[in-house]
Amino acid sequence: MTGTPLVSVRDLRIGATTDAGRKVEIIRGVGFDIAPGEILALIGESGSGKTTIALSLMGHARTGCAIEGGTIRVGENDVAAMSETQRAGLRGTQVSYVPQSAAAAFNPSKRIIDQVIEVTAIHRLMPRGEAEARARELFRALALPEPDTIGHRYPHQVSGGQLQRLSAAMALIGDPELVIFDEPTTALDVTTQIEVLLAFRSVMEKSRMAGVYVSHDLAVVAQIADRILVLKNGEVQEEGTTEQILNAPRHPYTKELIAAFEPVPHVPAESEEQADETPILDVDGLCAGYGPLTDGVPVSSVLKDVSFKLERGRNLGVIGESGSGKSTLARSIAGILPAYRGAVRLDGQEMAPALHARSETQLRRAQIVFQLADTALNPAHSIGTIIGRPLRFYHGMRGSRREARVIELLDMVRLPAALRHRLPSELSGGQKQRVNLARALAAEPELILCDEITSALDTVVAAAILDLLKELQGELRLSYMFISHDLSTVEAICDDVLVMYKGELVEALPAARMSSEAKHPYSRLLISSVPQLDTGWLAGLEQDPELVAQFAQR
Amino acid sequence: MTAPETPNARRLRLPFRGDRAYAFNWIGRIGLCIILFWLVIAVIGQWIAPYPVGKIVGWDYFAPVSREFWMGTDYLGRDIFSRVLMGARYTVGIALAAVALAVAAGVILGMMAAVAGGWFDLLLSRFVDAFNGIPSLLFGLVVVAAVGSSIPVLVLTLAAIYMPGAYRFARALAVNVNAMDFVTVARARGEHTSYLIACEILPNILGPVLADLGLRFVYIVLVLSGLSFLGLGVQPPNADWGALVRENIEGLSLGAPAVIFPSIAIASLTISVNMFIDNLPTKIRDRSD
Repeated sequence: MTGTPLVSVRDLRIGATTDAGRKVEIIRGVGFDIAPGEILALIGESGSGKTTIALSLMGHARTGCAIEGGTIRVGENDVAAMSETQRAGLRGTQVSYVPQSAAAAFNPSKRIIDQVIEVTAIHRLMPRGEAEARARELFRALALPEPDTIGHRYPHQVSGGQLQRLSAAMALIGDPELVIFDEPTTALDVTTQIEVLLAFRSVMEKSRMAGVYVSHDLAVVAQIADRILVLKNGEVQEEGTTEQILNAPRHPYTKELIAAFEPVPHVPAESEEQADETPILDVDGLCAGYGPLTDGVPVSSVLKDVSFKLERGRNLGVIGESGSGKSTLARSIAGILPAYRGAVRLDGQEMAPALHARSETQLRRAQIVFQLADTALNPAHSIGTIIGRPLRFYHGMRGSRREARVIELLDMVRLPAALRHRLPSELSGGQKQRVNLARALAAEPELILCDEITSALDTVVAAAILDLLKELQGELRLSYMFISHDLSTVEAICDDVLVMYKGELVEALPAARMSSEAKHPYSRLLISSVPQLDTGWLAGLEQDPELVAQFAQR
Repeated sequence: MTAPETPNARRLRLPFRGDRAYAFNWIGRIGLCIILFWLVIAVIGQWIAPYPVGKIVGWDYFAPVSREFWMGTDYLGRDIFSRVLMGARYTVGIALAAVALAVAAGVILGMMAAVAGGWFDLLLSRFVDAFNGIPSLLFGLVVVAAVGSSIPVLVLTLAAIYMPGAYRFARALAVNVNAMDFVTVARARGEHTSYLIACEILPNILGPVLADLGLRFVYIVLVLSGLSFLGLGVQPPNADWGALVRENIEGLSLGAPAVIFPSIAIASLTISVNMFIDNLPTKIRDRSD
């Protein structure tokens, strides 16, 4: 890092005015530099202001927000002091942006190539033919298949990982000095994420552009960034090289982030129970699917002949990529999506496939908790009503007895009793997920089906939820079926792991020895694709290209 | 658990079962007062009207406001004030009853269709669509010709005319809510359709449904006057407000109060219904417990 930095931000303040006219400070005096060719990562939980800072480098503040102070210098320009027209000239040519959701960033009705070279047309950089040639060059550099013709497809005709790389091509075509990556791999599956990261890294290394990489995932950042800026509540907590942040974090918050990333291996509950006890859940040859039935088989079959057993007091993890049928499995066990073939036995008792044919006791004993607590809690009911309903429904509790039990349940999930008068919209994401859990506990279940319950939460919050699940298990002798695409979460809580691929059960593994005992090629690919907190992981990663071609849906 | 006093003096608190209180703002209160005023008039109008409804009391038609005739006289020289007082009964009674029936039936059926889905939804929706295709005045004409004109028949006819719209509206809203996870959770708990409709879906569609009710009320007042004009509605010498406006419409060029006052009456009622609906009392949830 010699000479003047490419970007220097000093004492940046961004604020917003709420509906009630109250002023809120979002970014409070942030300052940093980026040298030419350097990649800086902005890391922090949701609401920490990382995206807001990244967008401010283009002089953009989201609706309702305004840059209130400080200087943002990019190259020769003071972005904060520029007019909107001047900023428009800057965007795309000097600073460009790769959004989180490429699918939402592309216009579905136009061909990809037209959208990729749009920047060159807007800024009159080069003639169309030259721009198309440059785009093809970028497609090749980003390791896209069929680089000469892929541009003539429409956005829905390429996969999610490809679309994300195409949106990077769109950002790079104007030859900017600074590229902003806003969580570009967060929505992708792990196996796809690797491909995208590799492509980004090789392009950035070749072009010597500077970058800002916004992410909440330390392991991903470790692969691509030179330096890391740790943010919380709009303030810089710690700044340092990637090596230093990962290996010798100084700030307590950074330490907390890293601790939350490294899973505490799950210690199985002491196996005092006899081996011959009936398993709490016994799934035998389960088949389920969507669409109208023809000859008793739905048009699109998702689950194909899934069988497994879950012993009482133990936890079962189900992993797999999106579309592997994990959630469908949970839904058909719960009866929300009736299975068309196969049997589900709860504690040895066979349950009818459809909800309405199951008895109240059967429904009570197995509860399902959904991923998005936002949509799983009725926005019109108070927390007390939400938790109180199963108490009334299954246990016939009323009045003060019910209220007392609601307070007890809130305490069980470590929430204050006063929260019962609030509406779900007045709670944070982690609190909502706790309420979601408390509602399931109110039924006094023996089995809880957790469908990606920590996936929408920040690392630190998710770790706290996992700890809570473990504690509750000790107290209430619960069994969990834990569905997740995140292997470290599964490792942290489960005894056994099932790997699913395209609706089929590929392999069953003990969670603690997942990586060493995996035999099936798909499980090995999946396990090896999880980013590690190690700067050399991506570079040293060796994956069998045939395996990748066979299983990864790119 | 008593609600602590907040310094917000603009809020009226209605004590409710100990731990609940409701906030009700001024606009909503004004709306409610006007509605209540017209309801009272509808009941007691008969006794406070200065002249009989059908009696020609003045020799001058379209007479101006005077001490004798507070709102002037109509095209036959009848007292408008008495006719407005008596008209309240028809307009408030028939229109409110009809809109309440139409919206209640439409919303309940719409939510049932959304929750049940499948054949029930398909058949009901197509039936309601087909029903919607019949022109409303024609339908009214046929019904009144078949069973004769009476107030219950009018209320039911108007309700039937406006039910399909309310059904469509409520079904569209309910389908969206029905797809949310919290409804799935309630289903997985084993709840019955009636609970799903009343407790999970209704609270989440209530706002738009009430706004729709306010609009529909205005339309019903207009259709009622249309039916009266065709001689199918309220029978002379009685008249609802819409009919009062219509029969005195010629007086507009003369600036006669006979056409202005019934219009003000209609406006005050419809606006106050909407004011009340947009500013319903909201529950104050005690957060300092």
